[in-house]
Amino acid sequence: MNGAADLGGMMGFGPVVVEPEGPPFRADWERRAHAMVIAMGAAGHWNIDASRYARESLPPGEYLTSAYYEIWIKALERLLVAHGLVSAHELASQQSLRPGAELRRVLHPDDVRAMLAARRPYERPVEAAARYAVGDRVRTRNMHPTGHTRLPRYARAKTGVIERLHGAHVLPDSNAHGAGEHPEWLYSVRFAATELWGDDADPSLSVSIDAWESYLQAP
Amino acid sequence: MADDTGTPRRVEALEAILVEKGYVERTALDAIVEAYEDVGPKNGAKVVARSWVDPAYRERLLVDATSAIAELGFGGRQGEHMVAVENTPEVHHLIVCTLCSCYPWPVLGLPPAWYKSPAYRSRAVIDPRGVLADFGITLAESTRIEVHDSTAEIRYLVVPMRPPGTDGWPEDKLAELVTRDSMIGTGLPVAS
Repeated sequence: MNGAADLGGMMGFGPVVVEPEGPPFRADWERRAHAMVIAMGAAGHWNIDASRYARESLPPGEYLTSAYYEIWIKALERLLVAHGLVSAHELASQQSLRPGAELRRVLHPDDVRAMLAARRPYERPVEAAARYAVGDRVRTRNMHPTGHTRLPRYARAKTGVIERLHGAHVLPDSNAHGAGEHPEWLYSVRFAATELWGDDADPSLSVSIDAWESYLQAP
Repeated sequence: MADDTGTPRRVEALEAILVEKGYVERTALDAIVEAYEDVGPKNGAKVVARSWVDPAYRERLLVDATSAIAELGFGGRQGEHMVAVENTPEVHHLIVCTLCSCYPWPVLGLPPAWYKSPAYRSRAVIDPRGVLADFGITLAESTRIEVHDSTAEIRYLVVPMRPPGTDGWPEDKLAELVTRDSMIGTGLPVAS
């Protein structure tokens, strides 16, 4: 979707506020928010793509004025309501008003380390051969789906070159909506900055994205 | 924005709801919090330092980063599919996730706030030299910049150039030069 999360190329946010190395959280609520998102993700009622879609579906004004983990917690609330696990009324009143539903899995404290260390690859076997090879020129589609996609706006309808082939991966556009994994070949596609941003762009700059095969067509 | 009093309260209330409904155990949340306090860019620094001293390891890292990183015991969530890109005098790599905050957790820990900020995500792909200036970095004009926007589950690690004057240094001393930002592309290893 064309949501506020799709930030590449926007202007007006000012300089990057650099911080020294240190703990990634600035407040305890951020730690709890992050942990809740992981624990509820482990329950298995939605996947990572559905979580990302819930975040990017926040109204643009709200997305851009929320702290990052605030976006996560708002999206978690939306997912809990959409899946019938918590009601909007309970969220508004900030208390549980009825017994919980049956979760597919409740994460046990003793299982946390193993869960976080587990490798859960997104690569899947597919029968079809990859349509493109490294070095091929491709053009990204001009597409504006209302659902989830990982093709950023700045890289739509642009011509680039296949730089890497990553194997076939779960397609977020489908997986986010519970419509199945539909794995497709995944490529790194490199674009000259002049292709993305016009003749005035820095000629020494290029940008690559990782793009699923259905995002691409022959140039 | 950010840390007004409403948000901590909202988060606290949600945790209480989830606990009361039996969806999460507080001790499981504690365990997740604790697990990520331990993970940080020191893991990635070990990978980079090894690649500086061991040419065969460097080769394996550039060909199959996921396996090479696993050799040192690192891997897991948000590091399932790793790609290492190497800086040279000719090309400098910079990593961003314009759409969210994709970041290689097992080697760098959780991302710093600036990595998730609209300022970084919006500008890294259109004005990376300006972003690098915010970090106090000026590259030679002849150095090309290749930006990698992490739009899939591939996670990128920048292998910075080994600083001059470090010949013969042991691996653990070299690892101390490798900063978090140098592995994202917004920094350089600290001068020897």
